[in-house]
Amino acid sequence: MTSSALALPQAMPRSGWLAERMPLFVVVAILLVLWYLAAVLMNASLVRDGFRRADTKYSFTDLIAGTMEAARPVVPAPHQVAINFFDSVFDYPPDSPRSLAYHSWVTLSATVVGFAIGALFGIGLAVLIVHLRTLEKSLLPWVIFSQMVPILAIAPIIIVVLGAVGIHGLLPKSVISAYLCFFPVTIGMVKGLTSPDPIQLDLMRTWSASRLQVFCKLRWPSSIPFLFASLKVSVTISLVGAIVAELPTGAQAGIGSRLLTGSYYGQTVQIWSALVAAAIIATVLIGLIDAVGRLTARRMGAAA
Amino acid sequence: MIARPQAMGFWLAAAGLLAAPALRLSDQAATGLADRPAVLASLTAAAVALALAPFWPKLSPAFGLAGTVLGCAITLDLLADNAVAGHARWGYWLPVLATWLAAALTLTRLAAVSALDRAGQWMRDLAIPLLFGAFLIYLWEVAVRGFGVPPVLMPAPTSTARRFVESLPILGDDFVQTFVRSVLSGYVIGCGAGFAVAIVAYRYEFLRRGLLPLGNFVSALPIVGIAPIMVMWFGFDWPSKAAVVAVMCFFPMLVNTLAGLAVASPMERDLMRSYAAQPAQTLLKLHLPSALPFIFNALKINSTLALIGAIVAEFFGTPLHGIGFRISIEVARMSLDMVWAEIALAALAGMAFYGIVALAERVTTSWHPSYRN
Amino acid sequence: MALGSSPQTSIRPVERLPDAAAGDGRAAAAAAPALTVDARGLSLTFQTRDGEVQALANIDLQISDGDFVSLIGPSGCGKTTLLRIIADLERPTAGTILVNGVSPEQARLRRQYGYIFQAPALYPWRTIERNVMLPLEIMGYDARERRARMERYLKLVNLSGFERKFPWQLSGGMQQRASIARALSFDPALLLMDEPFGALDEIVRDHLNEQLLRLWDQTGKTVVFVTHSIPEAVFLSTKIVVMSPRPGRIIDVISSAFPRDRTLEIRETPEFLKIAQRVRAGLRSGHSYDE
Repeated sequence: MTSSALALPQAMPRSGWLAERMPLFVVVAILLVLWYLAAVLMNASLVRDGFRRADTKYSFTDLIAGTMEAARPVVPAPHQVAINFFDSVFDYPPDSPRSLAYHSWVTLSATVVGFAIGALFGIGLAVLIVHLRTLEKSLLPWVIFSQMVPILAIAPIIIVVLGAVGIHGLLPKSVISAYLCFFPVTIGMVKGLTSPDPIQLDLMRTWSASRLQVFCKLRWPSSIPFLFASLKVSVTISLVGAIVAELPTGAQAGIGSRLLTGSYYGQTVQIWSALVAAAIIATVLIGLIDAVGRLTARRMGAAA
Repeated sequence: MIARPQAMGFWLAAAGLLAAPALRLSDQAATGLADRPAVLASLTAAAVALALAPFWPKLSPAFGLAGTVLGCAITLDLLADNAVAGHARWGYWLPVLATWLAAALTLTRLAAVSALDRAGQWMRDLAIPLLFGAFLIYLWEVAVRGFGVPPVLMPAPTSTARRFVESLPILGDDFVQTFVRSVLSGYVIGCGAGFAVAIVAYRYEFLRRGLLPLGNFVSALPIVGIAPIMVMWFGFDWPSKAAVVAVMCFFPMLVNTLAGLAVASPMERDLMRSYAAQPAQTLLKLHLPSALPFIFNALKINSTLALIGAIVAEFFGTPLHGIGFRISIEVARMSLDMVWAEIALAALAGMAFYGIVALAERVTTSWHPSYRN
Repeated sequence: MALGSSPQTSIRPVERLPDAAAGDGRAAAAAAPALTVDARGLSLTFQTRDGEVQALANIDLQISDGDFVSLIGPSGCGKTTLLRIIADLERPTAGTILVNGVSPEQARLRRQYGYIFQAPALYPWRTIERNVMLPLEIMGYDARERRARMERYLKLVNLSGFERKFPWQLSGGMQQRASIARALSFDPALLLMDEPFGALDEIVRDHLNEQLLRLWDQTGKTVVFVTHSIPEAVFLSTKIVVMSPRPGRIIDVISSAFPRDRTLEIRETPEFLKIAQRVRAGLRSGHSYDE
């Protein structure tokens, strides 16, 4: 478990932060250019028809400009999406149903609650599975099996059944998110709790350590890296679950509902803005977990 | 003699079975358990099997299984009586609980069976989760019918199975629409594109260093959300769903292939260099074979993602067939047995798809350490 | 040579060197000192996919208090298996074994030995001091006692000053010394070491051999040491047990009487070479050098 390699800190000159990130920036810049190009190409016929209908003469630059500002573009230009995004977030009061911030908050809260419940359940079940042989042989195969089947398809049933019993809003969505994200956490934690080397377990045996001592002093600390890896995976699944949960019953609030209304009313740019909001939520959540994970790793003596 | 607590558990279950006739079977039944001689006989047989189980540790799973199966059969058979179904009281639930306890103990005894050869171990490790799953289905059936849960809220497994068989034509049609058209085409396009871009990125280091973090980042986003945009671009029918699937499969494939192509150790690269091998030869003979485990990892992950992507994309709207479409329609109609039938179909499809990919992996990468025991 | 039996079926306990501590009544017991390990007819057969493997066949071995015993042989000769049986990490399928007069399980529950593996097996998330204190936490020593013992034994292995470091900051040899300190921290009378220096280069290994010898001399513990290096075995031990594989058995038991304060220089003396030759002869006769 500990590398016996000579582990003295290396005195290599490290390249600058910018130099390391340069390829990423260049690729992103290229993609942005391609995006603009796509906007021009895909919207061109739309804009041309619009000019023709209004019987106005147009120059080439008019055409280009038109593709950047079309009301219902096939591909909205990047700045269009950005403008719409900032407008939807900041132009309305935070509790108004027209505010993207409001919808984002609705989805975010369902995601976080579901994630917390699912993660706690997952960890608890993993601890039980590792210590009870019966559970390991009867339940764990089903948990692994669930990774192969599209369990997200059960979301509509849960929403509808809970709705019929009178439970609406945050709770059914959280239930779905919790249900979806508990599987990767369980599997990851089982792997982590069983990751100690056999010689570590032998050593514990030579000290006649109790099962609780082995768990607290060996299994739990060894599983921390696995925990954070699986938490990152499961928070993204939780977000997807919360969004999908808003679809079947045509929920009134949340990012999923924004996607639905955008598609019903042909509001292309609104859809793209909602997706940007979802991307931001995902990034922030993963970033938080990653930061906590790295802090924990440092406190637990990981090589700097 | 098996361990004390487990023995006590078996005897408790046996006692529960025997005590049941003394309790009220149901609100509406004319006759209680005590008046049904066939049932009494079976209950006694089950109780005897359970009571004997603790005495022979090697045979305890068999005795436990006999008692459990009898208990399940009795309680299921009682549900055929309409006076019991929906109105069950403690005379019914006590045998169910006793059977539950017996099932749990049987599984525990089975899990404790050791000193088997490899074939025996394999059979035991297959039997335990299957028995566990079968028992859960039994509990579901008994709970739904015993409590008289309205079928619009929660259908019993038997009615779902019946609906499945009755609706095979519809299910087949949905399967073709979702799986054959949307999933397969999207999967092939997405995985193929991801692989191709990875090969190009492998050749050009700059591209790799730019694409890898981007790919990791995008993989974490809820890509399913692009479904409405795809509908705008490709119409309502299956091409838009295939597009969603393709995008979902692209990034995991890209990231994993890149990781796999980089995994060959410096020693192996040096060997190729000493043979003055061309870059294409090194790619073909060293990097691609060592990347295969990673590629298959992505293919397996993508098989599930593809199915999820196609079904969820159909939640956003689709012409009149498809698994996701059928689920959202039937859910709105509250005919949940059809929904469960569709879910069962999706589960079977997912299992089969994953299984095929796993089989292909085993055939091509049987040299990998993960296959050694 | 009869298969499976050692040439000296009943080994006379090595006569103890008279030392200062043996003053009171123990002088009377010097003729029959306590046996730390008493194995008779010990066998262990594994069931594998390819049939039965006899890891140990009919082992008879007695180890006295204060001995430094090396088990030497090629892979598969059962030396590690024998060590693990003493440690109650494996159960024999035949024969008897007593550790300090009780069963190995009893010895383990009473925390009478410290085990050192080939790898340091330190926890990467604990500092060196907390790693050394780990068994003390498990065994219920109070905080002050833990700290005192940790400091004492880190000093003994020359790692004072490295308490707050993490394992990755130490070299392989230093990590192994930390694991020795950890094994000593609860004062077991018996040390079981399974090729502890196998992963280290020869120069570090020589240095650690000297340190281990000094430690043994200072603490008077009994050491059972598994190795596949002939010079290491001859240098360190008061008794060398030569084993061979298929089935695992004892070929020869060689007593050696080098002074307790020996240095690495004795490795060039004729006595040393004679014993090493005898070890090598034993290994050859046990077909250890065959394919």
